[in-house]
Amino acid sequence: MLSWKDIPRGAIVTTPGSAKEYRTGDWRSQRPEWDLAKCIKCGLCYIYCPDASIGWNDDGYPLWDEYHCKGCGICACECWTKAINMVEETE
Amino acid sequence: MEKYGLYVPKLAPQKEYFAPGHRACVGCGEMLAVRQVCKALGKETIVINSTGCIEIVSSLFPDTSWEMPWMHTLFDNAAAVASGVESAIRVMQRKGKYRDGKVNVVAMGGDGATFDIGLQALSGAMERGHDFIYVCYDNEAYMNTGIQRSSATPYGAMTTTSPPGKKSIGQATWKKDMPAIAVAHNIPYVATASPAYPFDLMAKVKKGAELKGPAYIQIYSPCPTGWRSAGEISVKLARLVVETGAFPLYEVENGKYKLSMDFEKLRPIIDYMKPQGRFRHLTESDLVLIQKRLEDQLQELRDKSNAN
Amino acid sequence: MAKKVGTEASFAVADAVKLANVDVIAAYPITPQTHIVEKLSEYVADGELDAEYICVESEHSAMSACCGSSATGARTFTATAGQGLELMHEVLTIPASSRLPMVAAICNRALSGPLSVWGDHSDLMGVRDTGWIQIIAENGQDVHDLTIAAFKISEHKNVLFPVMIHMDGFHLTHVIEPIIIMDQEDVDKFLPPFEFDNKLDPHYPVSQGTYAPPHIYPEIKKAQDVALVNSKETIKNIFKEYGDLFGRYYNPVETYMADDAETILVTMGSFSETATLAVDKLRDEGNKVGLIRVRLWRPFPFEELRDAVKSVDSLIVLDRAISYGGPAGPLCSEIRSALYQEKKRPQIISFISGLGGRAIDPEHFESMILHGQEVAQSGSNNEYEILGVRE
Repeated sequence: MLSWKDIPRGAIVTTPGSAKEYRTGDWRSQRPEWDLAKCIKCGLCYIYCPDASIGWNDDGYPLWDEYHCKGCGICACECWTKAINMVEETE
Repeated sequence: MEKYGLYVPKLAPQKEYFAPGHRACVGCGEMLAVRQVCKALGKETIVINSTGCIEIVSSLFPDTSWEMPWMHTLFDNAAAVASGVESAIRVMQRKGKYRDGKVNVVAMGGDGATFDIGLQALSGAMERGHDFIYVCYDNEAYMNTGIQRSSATPYGAMTTTSPPGKKSIGQATWKKDMPAIAVAHNIPYVATASPAYPFDLMAKVKKGAELKGPAYIQIYSPCPTGWRSAGEISVKLARLVVETGAFPLYEVENGKYKLSMDFEKLRPIIDYMKPQGRFRHLTESDLVLIQKRLEDQLQELRDKSNAN
Repeated sequence: MAKKVGTEASFAVADAVKLANVDVIAAYPITPQTHIVEKLSEYVADGELDAEYICVESEHSAMSACCGSSATGARTFTATAGQGLELMHEVLTIPASSRLPMVAAICNRALSGPLSVWGDHSDLMGVRDTGWIQIIAENGQDVHDLTIAAFKISEHKNVLFPVMIHMDGFHLTHVIEPIIIMDQEDVDKFLPPFEFDNKLDPHYPVSQGTYAPPHIYPEIKKAQDVALVNSKETIKNIFKEYGDLFGRYYNPVETYMADDAETILVTMGSFSETATLAVDKLRDEGNKVGLIRVRLWRPFPFEELRDAVKSVDSLIVLDRAISYGGPAGPLCSEIRSALYQEKKRPQIISFISGLGGRAIDPEHFESMILHGQEVAQSGSNNEYEILGVRE
């Protein structure tokens, strides 16, 4: 941990987005699973994720960020085609 | 608001200016709203944040979720600090001491910081006409300190300082009409938004940023922890609140009202309140009273809208 | 060419701010600061000063707006007094801990209650521990010079702390004196433009004001304290530079006839000048008295003070504020503390007077010094004495 001599002036943080290093993925007790056959690539899960943990791959299908996903289940609740299922996190 | 048969969220700006890794609760509606607001504002933005959930979860030294310049000082002065930033940029650009080009100065605060302790600073900033946006994330109580009531807490809600009991119904006063206070300051733009309607929200934020002068935008922010609701239905609640009339979506541009969404008939308020533990003590007659009031409220907005 | 004019000290402050080409002024009116901000508003309205004057709706918002303005890299100024300073208090620790340069003119005014618009040091003492650099002015020339120097001190890369210039309300702010108003060219030579490396800029995103749990907060605070203590060197250098350029030297501790004195009166603020008259008179009568005036309040000038009181027998410290139920007037407490470890410790007597704008004439100063000498001889049961109050 930092010594007082290493504290930046005014305790300012000059590394934008440094919170990304923190693994909020450790918090979850359930994880989303996509049934791609039902997925219509609409992107609702992407826009409704409070933790920006869903993007999309080159084919347009959802790309899940397991490092940050907290397993809240909003994506599963909002998916129009019920393509997302929340299953128990076993890790 | 534009009606989309099917949303096309992938058309939203892709860059994330509010990075994951923040310590918000699981299913936090407020952080979702922050994420959408930042997408709407883009790179040329400075954020002034008051103390509250957003500030605490997004900035634990030396971590920060912010990928735009961000400043936090105190609970009650986001609008005043933003006034200073906006004035400084204006004068320094005039004197050639700061990069040219528009910078969105946005002050962000919760309902406590906006309706209560920071009301004076907000009123002053709006009256002086600074070119900034004030975004209020309304989760209807002082959530970060442990769910105490604010003047944004709706009638009948349970909070730790307005608990229901033998001598109390919970919150005994009606929600303060903060947008009306903003409209009374004759500012160019006032709007309400909900993260369940992201394109409406982003369009309103963009409009507020583009219009010269103060803009006030109040965004409904579901809080599963404070409302005793499941994290996964936060977006659903953000939709139900609009469909039941508990948080109507509208804009007021230069004093002219315009409802963003109207309904032939409002959904019964029980649909919205049942999934939330904070309302479970309310009786049938309480609900009837609340329903009536919400219908009257919406009718008033309709009348103002139609008058234009 | 600098010219000597007869002007009110408040206007001299406004002139200094104008010469410094300030960018943002955020202030709320309060007696006795009003003349400063009114004059500045005139300058801005006439285009003599190109700045944004934010007519904030309270002092709390004034200091908040100053924080925002300074963080964006603008040269910032505010002024307040008494109750206004109290209202600002919540915000004061922010520019000190976030290291935001700015200058605030504090027109020292008594705190309520009862309400008093007149001058004393109760507001000054109330903000002692906020972490600001604090400099005391004694006369009209001081306020002008020190305000200009304050910008350089505050914005210097080895300092970057906010600076307060304290001036007694009414007793200093409203007096008309012959003051040399500096020349724009000279000020431009002395005061470089404000370059702030961590300013709020979308092309270089920083996060200011994150929160700190117990595992890191003390480290951040120690770093702040060390930086403030270390800033004294730069403050002295800038005072010297000012003197070398313009012929008027300022020191953390000013002395008057103190070298061979047996009794020294210690004061702070505009009354110091009146006290010199009493010192002169007593010296004429063969009483070896001297005067020490504290000019740099924070960071406290330990070395300079100890140097100045090397050989003296007794110190009489005059405070213009009470620390109710406390060990002495606040200034006296600090001086006792500073001298406690010295091998040769003078007797230190605490007097409090001049509260709420009550004037202290040269005769009062004389009797105060004589009374102090008596107390030094015979001792006293009181921690401090409040003088000049009708029994």
